[in-house]
This record gives sequence, structure tokens and C-alpha cells, in this order.
Amino acid sequence: MKARAVNTLSRFNLVSLALGFAFLYVPIVILVMYSFNASRLVTVWGGWSLRWYGEFFHDQAMLEATLMSFRVAATSATIATLLGTLAALALSRGENFQGRTLFSGMLYAPLVMPEVITGLSLLLLFVAINAERGFWTVTIAHTTLTMCFVAVVVQSRLSSLDRTLEEAAMDLGCAPARAFVAVTLPLILPAIAAGWMLAFTLSLDDLVIASFTTGPGSATLPIRIYSEVRLGVKPEINAICTVMIGLIAVMIVIASLVSKLSSARDENVAPL
Amino acid sequence: MSGRLTFTRPARLAAIAPYLWMLLFFLVPFGFVLKISLSQTAIAQPPYLPVFDLSQGLSAIQAAVAQLSPDNFKLLISDNLYVLSYLRSLAVAAVSTSILLAIGYPIAYAMARLPPQWRALAMMLVIIPFWTSFLIRIYAWINILQHDGILNKLLLALHLVSAPVVWLSTDSAMYLGMVYSYLPFMILPLYATLAKLDPALLEAAADLGASPLRAFWLVTFPLSLPGIAAGVLLCFIPIVGEFVIPDLLAGSNSLMIGQTLWLEFFTNKDWPVASAAAVVLLLLLLLPLALYDRLQRRQLEQAR
Repeated sequence: MKARAVNTLSRFNLVSLALGFAFLYVPIVILVMYSFNASRLVTVWGGWSLRWYGEFFHDQAMLEATLMSFRVAATSATIATLLGTLAALALSRGENFQGRTLFSGMLYAPLVMPEVITGLSLLLLFVAINAERGFWTVTIAHTTLTMCFVAVVVQSRLSSLDRTLEEAAMDLGCAPARAFVAVTLPLILPAIAAGWMLAFTLSLDDLVIASFTTGPGSATLPIRIYSEVRLGVKPEINAICTVMIGLIAVMIVIASLVSKLSSARDENVAPL
Repeated sequence: MSGRLTFTRPARLAAIAPYLWMLLFFLVPFGFVLKISLSQTAIAQPPYLPVFDLSQGLSAIQAAVAQLSPDNFKLLISDNLYVLSYLRSLAVAAVSTSILLAIGYPIAYAMARLPPQWRALAMMLVIIPFWTSFLIRIYAWINILQHDGILNKLLLALHLVSAPVVWLSTDSAMYLGMVYSYLPFMILPLYATLAKLDPALLEAAADLGASPLRAFWLVTFPLSLPGIAAGVLLCFIPIVGEFVIPDLLAGSNSLMIGQTLWLEFFTNKDWPVASAAAVVLLLLLLLPLALYDRLQRRQLEQAR
């Protein structure tokens, strides 16, 4: 009885939740709504229309930038997922190996490091080794940033796993590698998938690091959007932003469904 | 126990590839920033004079060391523009982080008190903006804040103002953008700590006669300090170097250091000065970064 009294929401709690979520979502809802506005004036409502989406799909430069962004995001997310998962395994399953402190420091620092510093330092490296700037330099830069996020996501899943499962498999005669593939990997697969999607969207969103590391003629979508936004609000930009928001929403729903399925499976596995 | 021991060697092998990657693409580049911050500006491509030429052996290194010059750093210290933009960045980050804490704490607190079946939904609602592009979310505010935007229309219709208010290119717009963009970074760590709190502690406090406010102050608040530290650092550090938000929302008469660095690099093409600015920015962030690293390490050890 008392426990419930402690856990009930006060009016203050409800108001903070309502205002907080309204603050987070009203601007996005307005942006999406105005992308369907027929009027050229961004602020005058001229009825519903899809014309700005049509304009986007006929804008050659924007489409090229979109394609570039997707190629970079898919490639960098894949490499980042591989490296990030390995890093997470090393952090949570390796006892104190030499250089572990430096390793975890290098993995956590990029999560908060101002992007201007990461971008500038990578560019100076690429110039020093005479790398041609374009697709690969942006991809490497994004991989460096996003593999840290993947490592955090996978590592938190690994630390919540019941380690006795692995130990049981090995006690029953499994080699460590086999125990990993048969027991651990299936259990962390949802986190790896979520990590890939997070890496993909982070790469798709990045403006600053891409601006530093890209070369002439290979602008990514955020770089193009940024140069348009500096000139003012355009309905076509609302349409592009809405497409991106829709895409990200779909990815989040998939990610949460995958993790829900896996946690349902966990409940079946755990009592075993 | 046996499992932990047998996993050690493969785990060490697993570290090799990501370790080398981060050394090469995260740590080594800082060496280049340091090196170029100490070199002279040149009108060339790339726009700096090379400092080292290892192919010529030791004498070349000695000659190169003699050529290193602290001129760029002297410039940064003597020029008011840079000093002011460093101070402004620290002030903006401190103010933004305080507002974020004041707004984020009640939200995280309310989320932690939601019935368990609602918590997952609330978490998702906070995470979606975290996944959505900064640029898009700032652009959404430009839509609202512009001269004939929705906010001014609303205020005019309600007769709260008689003429449109200038919102864009002001510090208020910038703070709004900062708080809006970083709110999920503040809420998530706070929520993670508050949700773990044992309600029995509050019951005990109530049984012993503490009022809810006193129980909050004596029990909940001190126990949520790790979450507060994580949220504050997650917001403060990147805000000091923020570029997009002040560039699109604040006025152009006073710049944050991220903007100054960007201008030196892209507009003035002065790479050595931009690098020196990055070095100083990194020095300013050394203490908060060390605190953040300690916090992360402690969490990692607890999780293991």
C-alpha cells in the first residue's frame, strides 16, 4: 500500500512529463506538417500538397548528396559495428590487459569530444599522409566516431548477460570460441543490430566531421542541407528533413522490436 | 571462474583491431594538430610550412625543432577575439548545462516514477530525438522563430506583442537550441540512476517522519549525484566546442570557440591558428574529460 503511495505520480510529475515531451516534439511536428504545405511561403498555410517532395526528387545535387550519405553511412556503420563489437568484448571479457586504460579512454572520449576537434585532427592526418579526400576519408572519420557508440551499446548488453551461461557451456566441454558463437553471440546479436542502426543514423546526421574530411565534389546530405539552411527556410528542406525523420523513426521501431523479441527469448532462456 | 580465465586470451586478440584503429585515427591525429599548431602559416596547399622531414635524419629533426614556434599561441593569447570566444564558450556551456539540469531533472524524476509498463515508451520518446539529426532539429526551430514564423504569429494573435519580435540571431534563440538539442543527453543518465533507486529507502525516510521534500533532499538527491555528474559532463563538454547551434541561431557579433576555429579553418584558411585554437580548447576540456573518463571507468568496473 505504502509502496504505491511512494510510486504515484504527483501533479508536478505529470506536468513535467507533459511539458517535457511537448517541448521535444512540437517543433518536429510543425516541421513535418509544413513539409506538406502547398504554399511557397513557408509561413502561410496553402493546403496539403506533396509538391516539395517532388521537387526534392528532381533536385540532382540533393539526390547525389543523399546517395553519397547513404553509401558512407552503410559502409562506416558496418566497419564500426565489427570494430565496436570487438572492442566491447575486449572491455567486458578481457581481464586487465596492458593498455586497457588507454583503450577505454580512447573509446569513451569521442562520445563527448567536440566535433570540431575530431574533424580537424582527422583532416590533418589525411593531408599529412596525402590521402585523396572524399568517400573513404569521410567513411573512416565516421567509423572512428560511431564504433565508440557501438562499443557502448554492445558492452552494456554484455554486462547484463548472465555469465554462467557461457561458463556452463564450457563446463560441458565447449571450447571458448564455440561457447561464444553458440551462446554469447546469439544473445548479443540484437545489441549488435541496434549498434549498427545507431552508427548508420549518426553517420547520416553528421555535419561537422564530414565538412572537415570530405573533398571537393563529394558533399554529404547534411553539408548540402546546411548550405541551404544558411540562406533561410525553404519548403523543399522541410520535405527532405521529413524524409530523414521518417527513416530514423522506422529504424528506431525496428531496433526496439528486435530488442523486445530478444528479451522475450531471454526470459525463456534464463530459467534454464 | 574457469570461464573468465579461458576468455582472456581471445579477448586480448579482440582488442587488437579496434585498438590499432583508435590509435591511428584518434590518438595520432592529435599529434598532427599539435605539430601544425606550432608551425608557420603559409600561402600554399596545404597552407602550412612542414615542420618535420624525417627522411633527413637527426639533424633535420634538430633543425625542425628549432623552427617550432609558439607564435600561434601568442596570437591566441594576445588577440581579444580568441580570449573572448573561449570565455564565451565556457560561460554559454555553464549556463546551458544549468538550465538543462533544472529542466531535465524533473522530467527524469517523473519518468522513473512511471509504472514499469510506461517506462519503455517514455524512454523511447526521449531516445528518438537523440537519434534525429542536430541540424534538422535546429532547422525546426528556425521555422518557428523566424520573423514571420509561428511563434510571432501566435504572440500577435494573442495580442501579447504588437509587432513581430526578433528571435533569430539572438542569445535566447541559441540557449533554446542548446537546451533543446542536449536535453536527451541530460535526461538519459539521470533517469538511469533514478530508476535504480530502491523505493524502500523513501518509505523508510517517510516512516521515520521525513516530509516528502526532506526525503527527496536527504535520500533521492544525494543518491542521484552520479547521474547528475554524468549528465552535466555529457552536456558541458560538447557544448563548449559546439558549432552548428550558435552558427545558425546566435547573432554574429560574439562567437563561440567552435565558430572561431571553423572560421579560421574554412574562411581564413589559417590551419596553424585553427590547430592552436583546437589545442587550447582541448586543454580547457582536459579536466572535465578526465572526470568523465573516471566516471565511465567506474561504471565499467561496476558492470563487470
